[in-house]
Amino acid sequence: MLWPFRKRCGPGGLLVPWKGRQERAKIAVRRLGHTFRQRRSEVVALQDVDIDVHSGQFVCLLGPSGCGKSTLLYALAGHLIPSGGQISIDGRAVDGPSPDRLLLFQQPALFPWLTVRQNLVFPLRAKGLPRATSEQIAREFLGRVELTGFEDVLPHQLSGGMRSRVALARALAMDPAVLLMDEPFAALDAQTRAHMHQLLASIWTRDRKTVVFVTHNVREALVLGDRVVVMAGQPGRVLQDLEVRLPRPRDPDDSRLVQLSRQIRDALARPEEPPRLLRPTVLRTDSPEETLRDQPPRPEPGALPAGRPRRLGARF
Amino acid sequence: MALDGRLGAATVRSLGRLAQGYALSVALGVPLGVLAARSQLFRSTARPILLGLQALPSICWLPLSILWFGLNESAIVFVVVMGSVLSIAIATEDSVSSVDPLLLRSASTLGIRGLRFHAGVLLPAALPGIATGLKLGWSFAWRALMAGELLFVAGGLGQLLAQGRELLDVAQVMGVMVCIVAIGLLVDQVLFRLLELWLRRRWGLVEAT
Repeated sequence: MLWPFRKRCGPGGLLVPWKGRQERAKIAVRRLGHTFRQRRSEVVALQDVDIDVHSGQFVCLLGPSGCGKSTLLYALAGHLIPSGGQISIDGRAVDGPSPDRLLLFQQPALFPWLTVRQNLVFPLRAKGLPRATSEQIAREFLGRVELTGFEDVLPHQLSGGMRSRVALARALAMDPAVLLMDEPFAALDAQTRAHMHQLLASIWTRDRKTVVFVTHNVREALVLGDRVVVMAGQPGRVLQDLEVRLPRPRDPDDSRLVQLSRQIRDALARPEEPPRLLRPTVLRTDSPEETLRDQPPRPEPGALPAGRPRRLGARF
Repeated sequence: MALDGRLGAATVRSLGRLAQGYALSVALGVPLGVLAARSQLFRSTARPILLGLQALPSICWLPLSILWFGLNESAIVFVVVMGSVLSIAIATEDSVSSVDPLLLRSASTLGIRGLRFHAGVLLPAALPGIATGLKLGWSFAWRALMAGELLFVAGGLGQLLAQGRELLDVAQVMGVMVCIVAIGLLVDQVLFRLLELWLRRRWGLVEAT
């Protein structure tokens, strides 16, 4: 039976539809659409996406491969010119990559010829900061990601987790208005990933940056996010926009969190049905598999296909 | 070898010309290569010409060079430059186009642009490949220099070789040849190898031992 007046769902209203806020959004996405045109076919990566992200929110874009979440993120970052719609950050239209909307990739993308410290100092200097200040900021943020003592090490001498931490420190040190993360922990093993979640959550709680985080892992989205925007593909669209009301710090093995993740996975498994989160859920005995069924393969993250991708480094 | 005094002087002269010519071809070739890799316009206009010129053996530049510059040092240096600049440019272009696009994207999102981007990100990222081009360019430059000096007698090791031939002095000819080989080996196996090893260690292209 439908319970149309019950806007709550899950144990005690912990996952509710996002109602929006009165104040102006930090990131405003309006009727965003994007189509990748290939030789004989078209892929509608995004269709009519409308999202508002407010200052200090941690928003997770959740969906299977091919649902357009990375396309949306790249459009937010200015690395992609969307075929339709508008994006504005802090009231200004997005017109290209900028350190104010810093994008963290799936691979750490550190400069291999620079030491850890130099990898942080280099972009800070590019921003215009004097050397002494840059060095100090670099030291501070390396401390926050627990890498003090590794300043003079080269990236190839570090483990994958450590490289991700350096990339995170670099992004945070740049102090962007908005931090965009494209499955940054996807390449890490489960243990390291869990550690990174804790690290990110603790750093974020302290700074309250506006973050948009793309993932296909439901539990990751629930551990990290204030809001989970559930997306589906073909065409890429937003299915649900949910607010997560679990208290922080969040334990990934918390039974409430696990139950919420099951609900979301159920909803994702049947994207064509109306949202079932308004109805009481029947608990299913599932495998602990948290990732979602993949949709047809999407383009490699580092190489977006045609459709007016941005010329790299072309903006002087 | 009674040549010792003259050998030393001739070597210094040859290497001096080589240094000048090589430095010039690096200074011209690397930016040319970067331009070719980054500019579609350049690629569609100038590149076919450059590729064609590269097919010309460097010694064929000598007659033109003498006509333009006269019988002096500039002529030889010109031949050296023309012999090596294009191979350096082509190797640089190759290397720059193969830079991991993720690094470039990372640089652009970090707000690194303009000169800082080209000199601080693009060039270092392409440096291992450029070093290979530099090594190739050096051997072309060395060959062009020797050929030029042999034909256009004006001091230096080539002249000693030619002299030895004229004086029917086999010992002199062989002595100079040994010297030429030694220089080639020194630069190739020592200097460039050291450069390569340093690059590969720093860039993380070798397994840590």
